[in-house]
Amino acid sequence: MATIWFWLVALMLTVYVVLDGFDLGVGALHFIVGRSRPERNTLLRTIGPVWDGNEVWLIAAGGTLYFAFPLLYAAAFSGFYLPLMIVLWLLILRGIGIELREHFESDLWQDFFDGLFFIGSGLLAFFLGVALANVIRGVPIGPDLSFFLPLWTNFRTGAHPGILDWYTVLGGLLALVALAEHGALYLLMKTDGLLRQRVRRVAQRLSGPLAGLTAASLLATIWIRPESVANYLRHPIGFVFPAGVTAALILMRLFMRRGNDAMIFAASTAYLAAMLLGAAFGLDPVLMPSTLNAAQDITIANAQAAPYGLTVGLVWWGFGIAMAVAYFLFVYRMFRGRVQASPSH
Amino acid sequence: MTNRELFDRLHFAFTISYHYLYPQLTMGLALLIVVLKSLGLRRDDSRYDDAARFWARIFGINFVMGVVTGIPMEFQFGTNWSEFSRLTGSVIGQPLAMEGAFSFFLESAFLGLFLFRERRLSRWAHWGTAVAVMAGSWLSGYFIIVTDAWMQHPVGFRMGPGGSFDVSSFLQLLGNPWALIQYAHTMCGAVVTASFVVSGVGALYMLLRRHQEYAQIFLRVGVTVGTIASILQVFPTGDLHGKYMARHQPVTTAAMEGLFQTEKGAPIVLVGQPDVQQQRIDNPVAINDLLSFLAYGTPRATVQGLDAYSRDQWPTNISIVYYAYHIMVGLGTWFVAIMLAAAVFLWRGRLFVTRWLLWPLMLSVPLPYIANIAGWVTAETGRQPWIVYGLLRTAAGYSPHISTGNVLFTLLGFMGMYAVLSILFLLLVWNVISAGPENEQPCIGSTGAPVAAS
Repeated sequence: MATIWFWLVALMLTVYVVLDGFDLGVGALHFIVGRSRPERNTLLRTIGPVWDGNEVWLIAAGGTLYFAFPLLYAAAFSGFYLPLMIVLWLLILRGIGIELREHFESDLWQDFFDGLFFIGSGLLAFFLGVALANVIRGVPIGPDLSFFLPLWTNFRTGAHPGILDWYTVLGGLLALVALAEHGALYLLMKTDGLLRQRVRRVAQRLSGPLAGLTAASLLATIWIRPESVANYLRHPIGFVFPAGVTAALILMRLFMRRGNDAMIFAASTAYLAAMLLGAAFGLDPVLMPSTLNAAQDITIANAQAAPYGLTVGLVWWGFGIAMAVAYFLFVYRMFRGRVQASPSH
Repeated sequence: MTNRELFDRLHFAFTISYHYLYPQLTMGLALLIVVLKSLGLRRDDSRYDDAARFWARIFGINFVMGVVTGIPMEFQFGTNWSEFSRLTGSVIGQPLAMEGAFSFFLESAFLGLFLFRERRLSRWAHWGTAVAVMAGSWLSGYFIIVTDAWMQHPVGFRMGPGGSFDVSSFLQLLGNPWALIQYAHTMCGAVVTASFVVSGVGALYMLLRRHQEYAQIFLRVGVTVGTIASILQVFPTGDLHGKYMARHQPVTTAAMEGLFQTEKGAPIVLVGQPDVQQQRIDNPVAINDLLSFLAYGTPRATVQGLDAYSRDQWPTNISIVYYAYHIMVGLGTWFVAIMLAAAVFLWRGRLFVTRWLLWPLMLSVPLPYIANIAGWVTAETGRQPWIVYGLLRTAAGYSPHISTGNVLFTLLGFMGMYAVLSILFLLLVWNVISAGPENEQPCIGSTGAPVAAS
């Protein structure tokens, strides 16, 4: 039962990264791709009506984690106290950045809010990668199954690392590049004209670094946490994930040459999903490894809630998420198509 | 109380009180917008749609503020209250996760359509999006109330290993009688806030002699809904809540009323300053027997005072509980009085020209915010020293490994950030109000212009 919930939470986080990923990516790019204010308006209009709904997946995943694995929720959120608070502040800045800019006529205000949105989006993408890398590397979980991490120590991995070390910074950079690429590919579908050509150039330029960082982080992970390979050797079916990552990267380049926008975006989606689910596969049944002692790992077994709650949860969760998917299909249908270059009023 | 506990409590109290300045208007205004849209359909009068559009602009700004200040709330259970989360997560995690699955998705999906797609939807479909947004925000309120009600009056659980709590009945958890009463009371409070905001802006326009046609709509709708909500706020919801409280948290009731000694025919203190050291109320203005009657239905009933309980059961700050409760009740009485007066003048067709009544109506706009927050302060500081009433002490709930300095760091950070948000919010809302409701076009704001495919 709890293993089902492990995969459901992993799935919700994957949906979150795929959906909010493109609007984070657009946010991280719009200052670079949009040379003028009208261009930036167009770029932000592509995500305006949907970014909030995308972000709800993070909240929903957080809530699900809370009731399915209360111990993990408690240990992780208090252990990552400072970075989480920084993430919250970034979410606040980013939210008001995109939503309030249109309420001010003045150019100066719009530049200010664009700046907030740009900084908030870029740093959030980076911190999402850092967070995931922290979970994979492990944290100094003590015998009481809790920990507290400083923001940084000496940037080395080991028994007592900080939130930021060379490995997690690598993860952060990978996330920033991957989501920027994902955002660019989304924009490829939603824009046209000169702006789209510029987006296309950015997307092409990012694809090399993306492949390089992916390979580097894969090798680094094997080196930092050799245990994750064990799961793959035990259940070779897991190799579909790294194979999926490779295939998605190749397909992205192929479709980019052919110019099939929807397929390129689908490939990028597959890339993100394979990366995240592959990481989850390497962890299972551990939720968060301890760098001190494997006996102090937080696992599905020691963090799960009682079976009754998990069973009831499965009923309403299925119902709720089915409705959510229906709304999403409806909303994306209503806002389908390319966004015009100039505002229509 | 240690510094750590104090700072963690201040951290939560500050961020949640600030947050709740926004959702109370969101939830109440969602209802009033549905009322305006329905009147527009029924009377086939587009002025109601213009009015709804004007309030939708304010709703949109307010909604964003609610969203960005709301996200930290769910996270804080884990960051600052990890022991509480670890022990109770499998119970209260349920309603919190349901809030995401059932209301946030609904709300966020239909708000985009409601705000940006009016031109492309039929009038009925647009009305439907307004209803969906309201349903989402009202559902969200229920899940939050279920969470709080469980902390106030735990039901449907059993004790698990190591002092943790597990759900034993999902239906009991969701149908907690405390939650039903508290929800009715809280939602009335939200509608009161929105009614005062809508009629206050109407009063402002009448006093300025601007946008008078719309001002009359605002006043008519705001005062009508506001009168009903203000009365329901007191009776039956407030009355029932008080009775339920007296039965299940009698020591909290004693603190709220400032009743230090157990009494037969206990009085209600209207005004007075509690002196906790001497255990008495200074300068009391009181009505004899009334508390006994309100709590138990007969004027000679015995009401337990604080002296009936040992000190370690007392709420940790009696004076705050007492003042918060008295502010809430006093303001609630004022709301009924002014709304009834306005309703009488409205009914006799003289409200729009009665300037001496429009003035206090306009000046009362901030008061429901104070009353709503005071109500929450009463409930939450009244629950102390418990984080789960009678079962888990607040002192056992905070995160063990975070230093006081770190908590203060983030508390100050939130204070600074929210100060900036407040300034932006007031500036934006003032812009909307001074631009006025006339010539409101269906909103195509920069994030929602029609797409080329249309």
